[in-house]
Amino acid sequence: MLRSFQGSLKSFSRFSRDIRFLQALAQAAFVVLVVAVGRWLLGNLLDALDTRGLDLSFGFLSRTAGFPVADEALPLERSDSYLDAYFVGLANTLQVVVLGLILSTALGVFTGISLLSSNWLLRTISQAYVELMRNTPLLVQLFFLYSAVILKLPELADRLTLGPFILSNRGFFTPRAVPQESSRAWLLLAVVSALLALWTYRRQLDRGLREGKETRPALWAAVPLFGLPLLGWLVLPGEPFTAEFPQLEGLRIVGGSRLSPEFAAILIGLVIYTAAFIAEIVRAGIQAVPHGLREASLATGLTRAQTLRLVILPVALRVIIPPTTNQYLNLAKNSSLAIGVGYPDLYSISQTIFNQSGQAVQVIAMMMGTYLALSLIISAGMNLINARLKIRER
Amino acid sequence: MLRKTSVQLTTSLALGLLLAFALSACQPAEPEIREVRVVETQEVQVVQTQQVQVPVEFQMESARLQAVKDSGAVRCGVNSGVPGFGFLNDQGEFVGFDSDFCRALAVAIFNDATAVEFRPLTAAERFTALQTNEVDILIRNTTWTLSRDVELGTDFGPTTFYDGQGMMVRLDGGISSLDDMDGATVCVLAGTTTELNLADAFSSRGRTYEPLVFGTSDETRVAYDEGRCDGLTSDKSQLAGLRTALANPADHVILPETMSKEPLGPVWAQGDQQWGDVVRWVVNAIIIAEEKGITSQNVEEIAASDPQDPEVRRLLGIEGEFGALLGLAPDFVVNVIREVGNYGEIYDHHLGPAGTDIPREGSLNALWTQGGLIYAPPWR
Repeated sequence: MLRSFQGSLKSFSRFSRDIRFLQALAQAAFVVLVVAVGRWLLGNLLDALDTRGLDLSFGFLSRTAGFPVADEALPLERSDSYLDAYFVGLANTLQVVVLGLILSTALGVFTGISLLSSNWLLRTISQAYVELMRNTPLLVQLFFLYSAVILKLPELADRLTLGPFILSNRGFFTPRAVPQESSRAWLLLAVVSALLALWTYRRQLDRGLREGKETRPALWAAVPLFGLPLLGWLVLPGEPFTAEFPQLEGLRIVGGSRLSPEFAAILIGLVIYTAAFIAEIVRAGIQAVPHGLREASLATGLTRAQTLRLVILPVALRVIIPPTTNQYLNLAKNSSLAIGVGYPDLYSISQTIFNQSGQAVQVIAMMMGTYLALSLIISAGMNLINARLKIRER
Repeated sequence: MLRKTSVQLTTSLALGLLLAFALSACQPAEPEIREVRVVETQEVQVVQTQQVQVPVEFQMESARLQAVKDSGAVRCGVNSGVPGFGFLNDQGEFVGFDSDFCRALAVAIFNDATAVEFRPLTAAERFTALQTNEVDILIRNTTWTLSRDVELGTDFGPTTFYDGQGMMVRLDGGISSLDDMDGATVCVLAGTTTELNLADAFSSRGRTYEPLVFGTSDETRVAYDEGRCDGLTSDKSQLAGLRTALANPADHVILPETMSKEPLGPVWAQGDQQWGDVVRWVVNAIIIAEEKGITSQNVEEIAASDPQDPEVRRLLGIEGEFGALLGLAPDFVVNVIREVGNYGEIYDHHLGPAGTDIPREGSLNALWTQGGLIYAPPWR
């Protein structure tokens, strides 16, 4: 009896010293803890909703939203549904994110290269810009940009007029091309001539390489690229596009296209903030390229610009892409600060929706799902680019 | 051999734990089955049925009132950016008409006007804060509407201020009514009834407008002041306050039209009627006190002088046990009026000529005896 008890005690103490047993026990305990906390939180939520007679259905989305959103591309009427409103918000967010990604990449690469420039002025300005942007909060920058720069533009009554362009704190207005009857035929012609120009360019390039002489492919390609559309404009019945000029009518400016101050503020704010981070990544990427590669490239007779474009950047990209993905994701998520500058993005409109409908849990869940999907799409795209650029080992 | 057993044992232990947990988790998720059983065999599980089925409304004690008493302070959701109603002054104190009702509640419960934990909330946050128990009471110029009352899981107390939505415009802009505002840009606060009324007002007049929506009233004010919008819309009382904060208040005017009815009052989370009663009758006491001419100056004197008016006797706790009915001290009204004042005093202090100057005489916010709508049911 006693012996068998001692035996089991002994075997237990052996268990308790077995590292794998302890690890498994710890993992099990952790899983139990996570599930318990999750269940407690969920139970709390359901209890609270139940006490207040609320539920988690999504039926409210088809109800009339009752608030309009001013937007040129996708106007929302007051009789549209909450779901329509949600999509307007999503479209506005996508607009900022897509343009923001492109512009911040361009500015970031340019600044990153400038950080390594031998030109003292360019280098110093770039450094100052990067340090200023990286070390101040984005929301502060946005408020500053919006209230201290953009809103300080002249009021509508004192607007600046530069030919057909109008600038005031109501927005930047430009003439707009209004498509007429023959616009489709002309657009088709433009696409055809672009394809033709591409074909000509390739052909001349090939010929040049084959025959070993300068064939000026770009010059040849320009002929169909500009010639055909010009001919079409003259030949087609009626002009394919007419210009519409912005002008003051009552309390607003009608006609033309408009860059709204709020859109400009969030876009410019996000671009100059994110570009500063991308610039640092680009600088680090370029500096990670072995010095010998650059020297070898210069020794073969390539110019400095060619060395950068054809040798350094392609190698540096492999270092640059992964951290840049992070910055792209940051840009997408930071776009939710748009409410600070009055731009009706996904977050701003969702906030209005859950306030008017009271369905905060569902709307926030939808919003989180949407931002998550957006981020995952961006990462997937970047992973694809990364996979294509990596060194193929043979 | 031993190792294998240990792994098996661990796995089975972990599985057992999970299973036990899953089983225990499953049980409370089937309340319907339990309820059915209770109805059929009435005598068996009386204790359990009571716990499950007694509706909160019929509990003698308010859970919320008890929780507030235990915590030692009323958590009150207020505005921090509207002068006159809820404003954080340069001493870091919350001052205003709404904030004083929070104090009144604290005096009623604790006999201490400082037993309030003010929680500044934005318009968009306020209902979520109430739903998630972040605050016990919301007194933050909140309009009583059907959908808020029914859908948001909130209950509304007596209206403390009858407001209406107005529009502020520049004097030199050539706008004298809403009809002149076709195509105008209007600055508005996100997540308010204001946003919806604005849409209704313009569409009923056949006018178009462009809304510019901001998260805080300070942002709307700045954008309006810089000329980004032609009009700034909000409740008229708030506009009066916001106007004082503009660079040049004299250049701006509030249009005469009223776009909506905005009855403002305290709001609490649905599900605790008793707590609602406490809030409702503290507000009513403040109104009745003005009706009876009881002020912060003379309340002690009146209470000590054995007044003749039976309602005054009941109100001040000399007769009846109305305080106890609410779970409060018998003379809580005396304390409230002494510390905070009656309705007229609160109004004059924050919204009178010394404050944001919203005329009371002849308005809806005059006492019912003077042609207004401020009225309280009898204290008996």
